[in-house]
Amino acid sequence: MTDTTTRPPLPGAYQLSQLRALESESVHIFREVAATFERPVLLFSGGKDSVVMLHVARKAFWPAPLPFAVMHVDTGHNFPEVIEFRDRTVEELGVRLVVASVQASIDAGRVSERPGTSRNRLQTTTLLDAIAEHRFDAVFGGARRDEEKARAKERVFSFRDEFGQWDPKNQRPELWSLYNGRHQPGEHIRVFPLSNWTELDIWRYIAEEDIALPPLYYAHRRQVVRRDNMLMALCEWVQPNEGEEVLEALVRYRTVGDATCTAAVESAAATPEAVIVEVAATRITERGATRADDRFSEAAMEDRKKEGYF
Amino acid sequence: MELLRFATAGSVDDGKSTLIGRLLFDSKAIFEDQLEAVEQASLRRGEATNLALLVDGLRAEREQGITIDVAYRYFASPARSFVIADTPGHVQYTRNMVTGASTADVALILIDARNGIVEQSRRHAFLASLLRVPHLVVCVNKMDLVGYDQDVFDAIVAEFRAFAMRLEITDLSFVPVSALVGDNVVHRSASMPWYEGSSLLHHLETVHIASDRNLIDVRFPVQYVIRPRDDSVHDYRGYAGQMAGGVLKPGDEVVVLPSGWPSTVAAIETYDGPVAEAFAPMSVTVRLADDVDVSRGDLICRRHNQPHVGQDVEAMVCWMAEGSLRAGARYAIHHTTRAARAVVKDLAYRLDVNTLHRDESASDLGLNEIGRISLRTTAPLFYDEYRRNRATGSFILIDEATHATVAAGMMLDPSHGG
Repeated sequence: MTDTTTRPPLPGAYQLSQLRALESESVHIFREVAATFERPVLLFSGGKDSVVMLHVARKAFWPAPLPFAVMHVDTGHNFPEVIEFRDRTVEELGVRLVVASVQASIDAGRVSERPGTSRNRLQTTTLLDAIAEHRFDAVFGGARRDEEKARAKERVFSFRDEFGQWDPKNQRPELWSLYNGRHQPGEHIRVFPLSNWTELDIWRYIAEEDIALPPLYYAHRRQVVRRDNMLMALCEWVQPNEGEEVLEALVRYRTVGDATCTAAVESAAATPEAVIVEVAATRITERGATRADDRFSEAAMEDRKKEGYF
Repeated sequence: MELLRFATAGSVDDGKSTLIGRLLFDSKAIFEDQLEAVEQASLRRGEATNLALLVDGLRAEREQGITIDVAYRYFASPARSFVIADTPGHVQYTRNMVTGASTADVALILIDARNGIVEQSRRHAFLASLLRVPHLVVCVNKMDLVGYDQDVFDAIVAEFRAFAMRLEITDLSFVPVSALVGDNVVHRSASMPWYEGSSLLHHLETVHIASDRNLIDVRFPVQYVIRPRDDSVHDYRGYAGQMAGGVLKPGDEVVVLPSGWPSTVAAIETYDGPVAEAFAPMSVTVRLADDVDVSRGDLICRRHNQPHVGQDVEAMVCWMAEGSLRAGARYAIHHTTRAARAVVKDLAYRLDVNTLHRDESASDLGLNEIGRISLRTTAPLFYDEYRRNRATGSFILIDEATHATVAAGMMLDPSHGG
């Protein structure tokens, strides 16, 4: 029953560029979740991956508004520029923001803070409590498989049991673009629409789509200390230790997370195009360069993910 | 720049991890801190720098020295971006390779030049052909250990070609390499002047994938209905989805399945504006000229080019779970954007993936086994033969009690035997 009016096209035609192919895959994932889950939520920190994720999500449902809320797990130790960006973005887009506060978890006695350590790991409890409280059944995260070796093996639809745990050895096979989001009440699915994007793809897309980011992704002057061979910005929660010299440096951030465990890199890249040149030439991964939290052990991320981390 | 997805199959013994490590290293996709971590881990284990450790992600894998799961890796050359689905060769090999191959443009099979073609090589070639991976590249590795001998390479090529005749492989290439030394991986080797082909990377950069997709049969499974409740666009009704085949244009006369209602494509829209043509794998929103009832799971196609419609499906399946598949069992089925329930009416045979022998006396399929089954579904499916369209010819079966994905299926033409 072949339609005789349709001729095969010329070879080479009808080929999507790599960025459009990745975008299309992500749009498909967003729509799949919106169509099959009751209460999805998108994790939005103001970091570049979550900004790109939100941008693609809007495209997926246009001209309708986003059919789900966004949530920020707030450690209370944020860069003020990022919080300002977060609030401005959700207001401009008219999306509902849920803030899950680590400070509130500490005040409620759900977690206890160890002096001198980052609040990064405490986020897991806050995140899981918020998922339970709001009965979210699908949680979009901006994690990419090129970031880290445990993430390289995680599914796009990643099942979490009633304790929010990930079991890396018992994952559902994921074939073609057929996703299995089935779960019992109390369980949920983490969904990673940007799984197949790389750091360079993210930056090329930001440049191509002219997406706004918090200013600290671009080169600026800042007071820092060199700690464990990383540049930590001085702020309310990061003060120079004895013997540490305060430097003023031209820096930018490759990742933006908790201010106490996210480091800056020396850089003069002030535009997305300049960042692309820098990222294309870099020889250090973004987590290796800037995340104190991933340096604990070979399996730091794997261990945190099993407990329910992002 | 284009995206190319390839799946690698083989075990550590074939040098697969070393080959991937070499590909990443020579194309400068390995970062210094990753290499340093691998060097430190190798030192602690008392080994020379072991590039395979780059590929082993999880703690359990490092502890047991095995690869458990499919790992995805990324690198780019100036010509193309690559996604590697790296599948382990031993534990759960079939399930993992089927998963990796399901989205691959190219399958890469490793053969140790010293051992020649072994059972595993045949199995990998068969799975690549079953999953309809359009291009197969056989890397004959460890050429340095056979003195770069052309006769060794030629003999393996001849034997593999003879075996591949029994399979449906449309594009088959061979590259003699040494992953350890780097011969013919990224750069052409000076040690094998008799080889006139390109390096593996050059082959991956230039293999023609544009015509692999089905651009003939228009298939648009409706994924989500976009209907803003905003007053400014209150009568907007768009059908969102990802093109699964063919080229769809505004003005095309179409029908909606299962209702069979005819209509015309009024517009194909995206956030970035309307498009003149949509083709796979574009995600778009289709608007129809008529107010017909369309919902998720429906399929839009051309009036004179429709898929098979039916509740009886013949398929090859790979069983991916503990326990076994038997006639009479019931599962949930996911096919394109459609979900239904299915009962296994019959297991026609179990296929021996090493010999291709069909065991018609088989009464069940166990973990990692492949067979031909008949299904009856609770609702009609709109499908094509898998060999004609991987998107509309594939499905998964889900255990309704555990919600585990238990089988991957490739649909056959209902009117043919075989």
